Amino acid sequence: MKKLFENIAVPIISVIIALLISALIILAIGKNPIEAYGKLLHGAFGNKQAIIDTLIKTTPLILTGLAVGFGFRAGVFNIGAEGQMAMGALMAASVASNFGGLPPAVAIPLTMLIGMATGAGWAAIAGFLKAKTGAHEVVTTIMLNWTTTYIASFMVTGPLATGSGTPKSPEISLSAQLPVLMKVGAMELSAGIIISIVAAIFMYVFLNKTTTGYEIKAVGFNPYAAEYGGISVAKNVVLAMAISGALAGLAGVTELMGVHHRFLGELSGGKGFDGISIALIGQNNPIGIIFAALLIGALRTGSNEMQFMGVSKYVVIIVQAIVIFLVAADRIVRTIYARKKVKA
Amino acid sequence: MSSKVQEKVHEREYAVEMIEITKKFPGVLANDRVTIRIEKGEIHAIVGENGAGKSTLMNQLYGLYHPDSGEIRIFGERKVFTGPRDAIKAGIGMVHQHFMLVNTLTVAENVVLGSEPTKGTNFDLQRARREVKELSEKYGLYVDVDAKIEDIPVGMQQRVEIIKTLYRGANIIILDEPTAVLTPQEVEELFVIMRNLQSAGKTLLFISHKLNEVMEISDRITVMRGGKVTGELITKQTNEREIARAMVGRDVVLKLDKAPHNPKETVFEVKDLWVKDNRHLDAVRGVSFQVRRGEVVGIAGVAGNGQTELIEAITGLRKVEKGNIYFEGKDITGVHPKVLREMGMTHIAEDRLKHALIKPFPAYYNAILGRHYKRPFAKSAFLNHNEIKRFTMELMEEFDVRPRIIEHLGGNFSGGNQQKLVVGREIKANPKFMVVAQPTRGLDVGAIEFIHRQILRMRENDVAILLISMELEEIFSLSDRILVMYEGQIMGEVKPDETTVEEVGLMMAGKRLEEIRGGKK
Repeated sequence: MKKLFENIAVPIISVIIALLISALIILAIGKNPIEAYGKLLHGAFGNKQAIIDTLIKTTPLILTGLAVGFGFRAGVFNIGAEGQMAMGALMAASVASNFGGLPPAVAIPLTMLIGMATGAGWAAIAGFLKAKTGAHEVVTTIMLNWTTTYIASFMVTGPLATGSGTPKSPEISLSAQLPVLMKVGAMELSAGIIISIVAAIFMYVFLNKTTTGYEIKAVGFNPYAAEYGGISVAKNVVLAMAISGALAGLAGVTELMGVHHRFLGELSGGKGFDGISIALIGQNNPIGIIFAALLIGALRTGSNEMQFMGVSKYVVIIVQAIVIFLVAADRIVRTIYARKKVKA
Repeated sequence: MSSKVQEKVHEREYAVEMIEITKKFPGVLANDRVTIRIEKGEIHAIVGENGAGKSTLMNQLYGLYHPDSGEIRIFGERKVFTGPRDAIKAGIGMVHQHFMLVNTLTVAENVVLGSEPTKGTNFDLQRARREVKELSEKYGLYVDVDAKIEDIPVGMQQRVEIIKTLYRGANIIILDEPTAVLTPQEVEELFVIMRNLQSAGKTLLFISHKLNEVMEISDRITVMRGGKVTGELITKQTNEREIARAMVGRDVVLKLDKAPHNPKETVFEVKDLWVKDNRHLDAVRGVSFQVRRGEVVGIAGVAGNGQTELIEAITGLRKVEKGNIYFEGKDITGVHPKVLREMGMTHIAEDRLKHALIKPFPAYYNAILGRHYKRPFAKSAFLNHNEIKRFTMELMEEFDVRPRIIEHLGGNFSGGNQQKLVVGREIKANPKFMVVAQPTRGLDVGAIEFIHRQILRMRENDVAILLISMELEEIFSLSDRILVMYEGQIMGEVKPDETTVEEVGLMMAGKRLEEIRGGKK
């Protein structure tokens, strides 16, 4: 109980400190920080449209956060969520434009499955290399990220190219698009947000209730003891990477099926890398990751309105950076917190 | 026969005096009022079993640790070292067992690293090469100054380490188990170098537990045991037997009431087993033995003589190069640990923190490691937490694991309680054959006795047990047969009531049983 409280306290205190430091910066540029934060909050949650916008931005961040967080729990550092996300979306996009003849009940799960399987397979390459040769996944997944970038740009300028302007793939069939939950103006909130929350529940149950989750955690914590206990380290490293990649691939397809409806170069747009920060802020806990993603999503949505009063939206990136810094260096915060407790 | 020679202390010039040194670590008294005096220009050996406190003592001399009490004098002058830098300044150099070299740099670059010669503001490589060459020629330490560390053999790397100490002006050189990583030929070369250094006026401290080497190279010997000095001997006036006795202690072996028990049929057999260590050197070299049901076979030996590799090969954690392992008649060579566990082999691992325990896991997850996927702990793909927790509580009661909190994380238990948890887990899996490695390392007397009783209880239940231990007392009080391992080979097999600690000690130092008993078997 005490530990749970501390786990929640660290990110929250970090956010508060980050907002305070950023307030000084806003003061330094001659603006009123209270007003700026007011605009930020309003921009993110002030009306229905703002809330929907925030949730749309949050959806893929939850999934990439889960992807990276799952990897961390299994002792692998999957920097490749970005590439797995794009690869999943690309593969799904290239087949799902032909799903017109299928009913949505088939086309939607099928498209999702293709995206997840592709992400899983793409990440499993790194897992396999680690298990067989010891090649570190940080290196191999970064290499796979670049491989993805070039494959994707080849596909959207070559075989899949359609229309003029930005290179893009043809639109996926209507039956493969995610149902819209809510629509305000041009903003459409797809069922993707539900998918991302289901994925978080899946991760929680998988890690905490299943024997495979037990094995993956054991390998992550202490591979020697795992092998001693009859758990195959090689198998579980590949599996951990594959599941992490599947979650990243799912992030890609929900963007494809719920937002863009076609593959574009900027579909992943760094969200895979955001997953690293989000996993960190959410302390690799599925529920923590949901809130961390919401925090980043809200900051990004709200920053536009803040910019109208002359406060650069980069202030938001400063906030984000400080939060990550503090959570990563959570000992600093924990020490401050512990001192406070002693005084009290 | 006695080698008690009264030394005329005041007539000698000492390079090093460590007087009444005491050093405590949490739960361990590593050095207990240790006094040693090293004469100028001698080769002084410090011998003792693992954990005897040799390394702690040397690390204090080298400034890595600070003694809790006591005094260090270098050439008669009292010194307080706050770090290795002070020790180096006082003329002390240390060659660590694990080399501290940068693999991608050349020999010359490594030697000067940290005190590089410069020309203006630039590193003067030519001068570095010249100086290193001069040193190497002066002391007969052949090295190739332009070769990269990663390309040269271990023996040469060690010479680089020695040159490093000389380059920094060392007059007193500590060699921490320098022969552990060397081939016999390289050991001979090292000894030649040591004698060269000695004739050049250097004082050498040679840490070892190999008695034949100590006899060959040293002038005087300090023996340590359990953090204390148990013998100060002059090499010419002593013998291996005397050193061995001081090293392992004269204490009467504590006998547990071990009921006579007739072993049944053979369930486990190793035939001509060869295993390599992490450096791809042969660590186990043609070992064969059998273990029968209801029998404890003990493997004695000084740490690092292939026991770890033997255990890991038997339990499926390390590749077998040659030879076979049989369990209940089936060839299990190269079989995965999971299959071995399924067949009824369990393993109390030598290094519980590395192999046997997952520190961030709560006790109830540690309690099922190895059986986590089987009924009753798992139902199809899911863990059965109710049953797991009930079982853990039962285990903790039965094996007296404290605190009796099943949520307590593995890493937060004390060493003894971690071990009880592991022992309980491995016993409650109802094995037919158990590999028990160093079961009581670092435990207090109470826990040791508890665990010994559990092992004997398993023996009475007709389990076949292979016990590997560096503790001779443990080997003597538990085993029905004792095998002694030295440099990857079995030096002999004896029964505990038909041998002596001295005899086993000599085998541990590399003498074969036939040699000791002079042919009569």
